[in-house]
Amino acid sequence: MNRGVSVAARPVTVTVDGQAVEVPEGSTVREACAKAGVEIPTLCFLENLTPVNVCRVCVVELEGSRALVPSCSRKVEGGMVIHTDTPRVRTSRKMVLELLASSVDLSAAGPEVAEWLAAYGAEPERYGRRAPARTARPDLGEAATVAQPPKVDNALYVRDYSRCILCYKCVEACGEDAQFTFAIAVAGRGFDAHISTEFDVPLPDSACVYCGNCVGVCPTGALMFKSEFDLRQAGAWDPARQTVTPTICPYCGVGCTLELHVQDNRIVKVTSPLDHTVSHGHLCVKGRFGFEFVQDRDPGG
Amino acid sequence: MTEHEPNRVPEATPREMAAVDAVVGPELNGAAPAAAARRMRVQLQRPYRRDLLLPALLALQQAEGWISPGGLAYLAQRLALPLAEAYGVASFYGLLALEPEPPTVLHVCDDVACQTAGAMELCQTLERVLGPAGSAPESSEVGWHRSPCLGRCAEGPAVYVQRLGAAGGGARWDAAQTAEEWLQAVATGMAVTSAVPIRRRPGLPQPLTGRIGRIPPDSLDAYRRHGGYQALRRALALGREGVLREIAAARLVGRGGAGFPTAAKWEAVAKSPEPVRYLVVNADESEPGTFKDRALLEGDPFAIVEGATIAAWVIGAHRVYVFVRGEYPEARRSLEAAIAQARAHGYLGATIMDEPYPLEIEVRSGAGAYICGEETALFNAIEGKRGEPRNKPPFPTVHGLFGKPTVVNNVETIANVPVVLNLGAAAYRDLGSAGGSGTRLFCVSGQVMAPGLVEVPIGTPLKEVVAIAGGLRPGRELRAVLLGGAAGTFVGPEAWDMALDPEVVRARGATLGSGVVVVFDDTADLGAIVRRIARFFREESCGQCVPCRLGTVRQLELVERLEAGRPLGSLEQERALHRDLVQVMRDASICGLGQTAANAVASALALGLVGEGSRGQ
Amino acid sequence: MFGAGGGTSSYREIEETDLIILWGSNARETHPIFFHHVLKGIGNGARLYVVDPRRTASAEWAHLWLGLDVGTDIALANAVGREIIQAGLVNEDFVRRATTGFERYREAVEPYTLERAETITGVPAEAIRQLAHDYARAERAELCWTLGITEHHNAVDNVFALINLALLTGHVGRWGSGLNPLRGQNNVQGGGDMGALPNKLPGFQDIEEDANARARFEAAWGCRIPPRRGLHVSQMFEAMEAGRFHGLLIIGENPAQSEADAARAVRLLQGLDHLVVQDIFLTRTAELAHVVLPATASWCETEGTVTSSERRVQRVRRALEPPPGARDDLEILAELAKRLGHDWGKPTAQAVWDECRQLSPMHRGMRYDRLEAMGGIQWPCPDEDHPGTPFLHGRLWQDPVEGPLAPFQPVEFEPPLDALDDEFPIRLTTGRRLESYNTGVQTTHYRPPLSKGERIHLSPEDMAALGIREGMLVRVVSRRGAVVVPATADPGLRQGLAFMSFHFPDQVNTNQLTLDRWDPKSGTAEFKATAIRVEPIETAVGAEAMEVRR
Repeated sequence: MNRGVSVAARPVTVTVDGQAVEVPEGSTVREACAKAGVEIPTLCFLENLTPVNVCRVCVVELEGSRALVPSCSRKVEGGMVIHTDTPRVRTSRKMVLELLASSVDLSAAGPEVAEWLAAYGAEPERYGRRAPARTARPDLGEAATVAQPPKVDNALYVRDYSRCILCYKCVEACGEDAQFTFAIAVAGRGFDAHISTEFDVPLPDSACVYCGNCVGVCPTGALMFKSEFDLRQAGAWDPARQTVTPTICPYCGVGCTLELHVQDNRIVKVTSPLDHTVSHGHLCVKGRFGFEFVQDRDPGG
Repeated sequence: MTEHEPNRVPEATPREMAAVDAVVGPELNGAAPAAAARRMRVQLQRPYRRDLLLPALLALQQAEGWISPGGLAYLAQRLALPLAEAYGVASFYGLLALEPEPPTVLHVCDDVACQTAGAMELCQTLERVLGPAGSAPESSEVGWHRSPCLGRCAEGPAVYVQRLGAAGGGARWDAAQTAEEWLQAVATGMAVTSAVPIRRRPGLPQPLTGRIGRIPPDSLDAYRRHGGYQALRRALALGREGVLREIAAARLVGRGGAGFPTAAKWEAVAKSPEPVRYLVVNADESEPGTFKDRALLEGDPFAIVEGATIAAWVIGAHRVYVFVRGEYPEARRSLEAAIAQARAHGYLGATIMDEPYPLEIEVRSGAGAYICGEETALFNAIEGKRGEPRNKPPFPTVHGLFGKPTVVNNVETIANVPVVLNLGAAAYRDLGSAGGSGTRLFCVSGQVMAPGLVEVPIGTPLKEVVAIAGGLRPGRELRAVLLGGAAGTFVGPEAWDMALDPEVVRARGATLGSGVVVVFDDTADLGAIVRRIARFFREESCGQCVPCRLGTVRQLELVERLEAGRPLGSLEQERALHRDLVQVMRDASICGLGQTAANAVASALALGLVGEGSRGQ
Repeated sequence: MFGAGGGTSSYREIEETDLIILWGSNARETHPIFFHHVLKGIGNGARLYVVDPRRTASAEWAHLWLGLDVGTDIALANAVGREIIQAGLVNEDFVRRATTGFERYREAVEPYTLERAETITGVPAEAIRQLAHDYARAERAELCWTLGITEHHNAVDNVFALINLALLTGHVGRWGSGLNPLRGQNNVQGGGDMGALPNKLPGFQDIEEDANARARFEAAWGCRIPPRRGLHVSQMFEAMEAGRFHGLLIIGENPAQSEADAARAVRLLQGLDHLVVQDIFLTRTAELAHVVLPATASWCETEGTVTSSERRVQRVRRALEPPPGARDDLEILAELAKRLGHDWGKPTAQAVWDECRQLSPMHRGMRYDRLEAMGGIQWPCPDEDHPGTPFLHGRLWQDPVEGPLAPFQPVEFEPPLDALDDEFPIRLTTGRRLESYNTGVQTTHYRPPLSKGERIHLSPEDMAALGIREGMLVRVVSRRGAVVVPATADPGLRQGLAFMSFHFPDQVNTNQLTLDRWDPKSGTAEFKATAIRVEPIETAVGAEAMEVRR
């Protein structure tokens, strides 16, 4: 068997917003759009994970298709005619963003999310007053939300599922796309679906090995370094005062690149570049969280 | 240095271990247990059988009445499956309890059809006797939950009973007994359901239901005496190509709701270069108001076995999975008995009749999830995963069950296969009308005199179909009919004369779906019915994609506001909001559930069935 | 390996190979991100073999795990080699063209029948046969090892035994086929690259044999370089013991706790005339020093490069201001030089690197800006247009072979030095745990819930036989010392095998138990094979504490 030796893929021509582009067979619609210079918003897609196409923010209109299609996972076929900015596309994106914003706390999501909400004209307040806590039956006139207290059950990272949009990225990173630890899974169904350990046991009783790869892929701050969480609680979290410096992990000899996020001369979180061939954005517990020792010393003593 | 206790591994009870072992088998599964590996100094990988997860979870549920942490841990270890994943799967299915339950648990249908048959009164009674739904402490003898449609709509108000250590089954409310007497009868397995009533009109051909109730369903001899296995003989004589031509010429289309040409599906798999293929018979009948597949499986199971045998042989599948709704244990037993007899007589196993062709039919049970009727969600359920639909393409005929080319046919479609071969394509076409070949089954329930299953030629008018089910109650006026179930549409009295022909119905913005006809007269509380439909989708959405997971929640909130007469802003604003919800769900949901979840509510809003004036007299 | 010391393959090749052998490596815990590549390989259809006395977290992913007795690797490897020869699975073309010494090897492994290997190693003959056949028949195969191979008294022989297998089958020098020692510490490879070996100048240029290289360095540095190898760490301690070694500068090492037979190491360090320790912490070793030089953390407070297990030279950068008083290693060295009469000015990391590029041909093309733009470069990289080298020894597949042929190095099995007997019947092997690192200098500062302190892992059978309950304190005794430690049952261990880490020396100094006998060729001590006995302590405080908590 000759795995891994890539055979040059045949080129396929598709049309994106009236512009013909050629991409290799097997490319996704999203990749074709990128080739045409059209950026597609997405919440659940990440380069180092298998597309799960659940957020539906990235839908586009495909001529001949009854429903819109998710551009992150749909493969191109020759002659496809793709429209990325039709009224149907805009309505779907607006609604998806609006539905999420009406039920989830997006305040710690990346700045692009707020930009999309504005750009697509989302009106999350039109569903009524936000229910203050997750409940099976909110009061009449209240909009159900996933509001709940954050889970602080270990010293390394915090799970605040009131910020969770259920993009599945953490489950993928914990499972088959990187870590193969499978400490968490999607549990429950429908609006009650949530990310959970078995029987919702605290992380220290679960299979979690604290690699933090779930934290690394979370788009909304639902999973957060304890250091970031504490600074935010104290009102001291300030990205404007932060620097990001790439360096190499000080532990074993694999050579993972660490991006040290530093605020006020303290490491406040650690990430890894998605596109590096060594780590593909993933780290182990020591690389991700084992930095405390450098800021925990008294060289005189 | 913080010291942590070692992770506590909960232990399984002997009953749980025995239940899991009975499903997983004595052969080691997954990685060899540590002790054996230590002894052997080697570790050999065993075949990985995640697909046994759902059967084993159901066995655990029956053994202890719930999925305990210890039982789940043991199961996960036997299947070499991460515990969190096993939990994620267990928590997906409604019939699996994750907290201790009393020995007897009633699932009481309060869905659209049963609401018209006294379900609300039954629920009130149970609330009085047993306390609110889902509140029973473990120590009590009987607990109860509200349930979506149980497929027993002609026998409502319907109840499905789970019993500790025994198979579940349907039960029927008996208004003649006191609640206590009835509960006693339920707990001891006395209050069993009847068979699906078949409503017939003399003179109408009934190739699908003709045998039901007239021959013993458990007798292969009786089946053969009444035309059974003639079709398989004919198929083997025609050859695979011949059968494909015949099915194509008969213009048989799928009866599950989508109406796709059966021959085209079969042909795609028959011609696949992939040697391993599957046939899946979709018997996860869960569309509210539907009970036709249950009638076929319980009343004429050999017809399904014969039809599946022909289909599997034509497409080159050596294994058939029949995925039967978890709430249908009677149907499962009936089908399994038929399979065993067929196997014993050489209709399955190493040969099918005289033809050397290895073929096995395996029955799998669902565990309480409407979404598993969606074909790709059904694959995931069989594979031991959460019943979440997959994105299409790739389509099942290319990448189906276990990633192999797969044909999925509804039970009624499979039942039509022997009919086509027995009658010949031309005669089969003639049974129907311009709108389609053959007959169709309609599940007529609600406020009619004789609810039950009706088989009529395609194109028979709605009024006729309802008349066969005894028609409206004397002195009552028709208010609305729900066609196609919760995923279908409400039509008003103006549709009374409409031919039940897929094209005609589609032209009116409605759908036949799975043949649901729920009739509401002028006494019905349609607001409550619409609210129940909205709640149904809120509870049955798998939760995977945003439009459906959140759209169904907002739709229910909207319906409740309108029902309470407390709209947010103006009525027009609420309607505009619903139009947006309809659009995003229809356009951007992954699967058919989300894409149709707003249809019934939209049609009800259009007909003025919600809010002011929706309550009947 | 046959020249420059470094793994021959890239991590990406692990994803695309057909067969992976982890020999004496629990990469799942010790090299977690490398193991991600292994998992991708398995996902792509590769088969994984794990050779390890313990059924480790890595072994759980294996298609076949071979649980050999500690220190019997050579017997196993020689039997694999013999079986490959017997079964006619030798890559004869490769052996003929690219290697030397096959006949001698064939004769040397001849006595290692499968049956004899089963007797020595405990691994069933059939499993050895399967490994041999599968490795030889695989189109591509990667053989990876870690300290399970090298922390033995005969470490270099162990490595030779594995290299021989790759030569026999041609599993080296091609994409997806190679030999990979996984480095335990982030810049072990880089230290070797830079000449921190007794006999090498930067770029693996031999100080004794390579007169040209010596001349280049002499010209650049304006001094004469003695053509004489230095001492490795174990020899230094021997020299201290013999009174031939009086002063020591230690940079970033903690031998008082990391050396085998720690009590002896402390005694010898205390006996030095002058001990200088340069570290970021006041380690146990620093506490013994006459002078302590507070240094900066090289990975986040200074500029420079490190080299990974796939020979990738990568930039480290300053992200933090070091604490007051701490000084850059380079600055400390320059100041020391100044005190010794040599003014090097204030060299920057980049200037030092550029000098290295001048003098080490394999690093020549690695300009800082290129390292940054390319996410590191794998050596050799001889010029500034060179993309780096994903795998080594492609030359062995050229016809004729370019450069020297690869020699078979026949080796004989020797049992571990610390023999088991009635008094010390249990074999203790040591290693790392996922969340911790070495002597815990860094990892005791963060609080992963995984960290449970030091414990001795025993087989459930031994626990039962000795009447030990989970969490009970036991006394572990070796011929050199004794420690008290809680016990835990480990289903990955068979009877007679025990495991400890050395991450919590302040709690339990595991290296009081280990033997300081070392491999004469590499200087590595035999950390992996200690004979012990385990004595339950009757008034088990730990056990009572556990009971209360339950």
